[in-house]
Amino acid sequence: MPTEYLPIVIFMLVATAFGLGSLMVGIIFRPHRPYAEKLIPYESGNIPVGETRSRFHIHFYIIAMLFLVFDVEAVFMYPWAVVFDKIGLYAYIEMILFILILTVGYIYAWKKDAFKWD
Amino acid sequence: MITLPVFFFLYHALVIVGLSLVTVSRRNPVHSVLFMLIIFFHIASLYLFLNAEFIAAIQIIVYAGAILVLFLFVVFLLDLRAEEHADKYSMSQPAGAVLALSLFAVLASTMRGFVLGPHGIYGIEKITEMTHTKAIGTVLYTKYLFPFEVASVVLLVAIVGAITLAKRHTKS
Repeated sequence: MPTEYLPIVIFMLVATAFGLGSLMVGIIFRPHRPYAEKLIPYESGNIPVGETRSRFHIHFYIIAMLFLVFDVEAVFMYPWAVVFDKIGLYAYIEMILFILILTVGYIYAWKKDAFKWD
Repeated sequence: MITLPVFFFLYHALVIVGLSLVTVSRRNPVHSVLFMLIIFFHIASLYLFLNAEFIAAIQIIVYAGAILVLFLFVVFLLDLRAEEHADKYSMSQPAGAVLALSLFAVLASTMRGFVLGPHGIYGIEKITEMTHTKAIGTVLYTKYLFPFEVASVVLLVAIVGAITLAKRHTKS
């Protein structure tokens, strides 16, 4: 069992305790005097119109998908960077090939105006 | 006898199974996604426990980072208001229960045929000695070169597919 990650566990516990603790302190000490005007969502003093949750534009999905794909591409580079000096040119060529194939996707996205907001 | 590793595993197993049930039973889909985030962190911790640091980091970067963003966007994109107010236990619940139970039966019956295979050269000692990321890199970029390059094609399909599907609607 890897014990060198214990500091991370302690860090996460402290972070969680701090977050929950701050909320608890707020609940205990803040005054609680609600009235109707205070409870409506604040929209620069105007009375809110429409629903809170509206449907998002489909373009957000493309952005998220592209982010996911290139995130995974970057993930493959971490172990590559670690062993690069051991494998040498061979590893270099295969990574170039990998990136080239994904560049095709990048150019496709670019030409299809996936990065443009219309 | 509950030793520390057993306790550690039991804690994670319980939290993962428990929060999975919480995730699928929430009415608010955003709450589901947030509970899923906690599950992903626990799975990452479980990977760390198995000496797979790289997979643990990837679990957080890709799953807790990118996949969850995708889930949130899907929640935003779909109009889920009708589903939110629908009855939690719908008419299809018996059918779902039958399917889930039969899947469980199949998985449980295959558990009996589970035998440990021969040990590979990458045991825990070797992986802790050369670090997990290095062990993955050494194998991935030499022995499993072809699957690695195929992965790029799979990612390419994901890009093209997402753009083709989403752009079809924006043209109108």
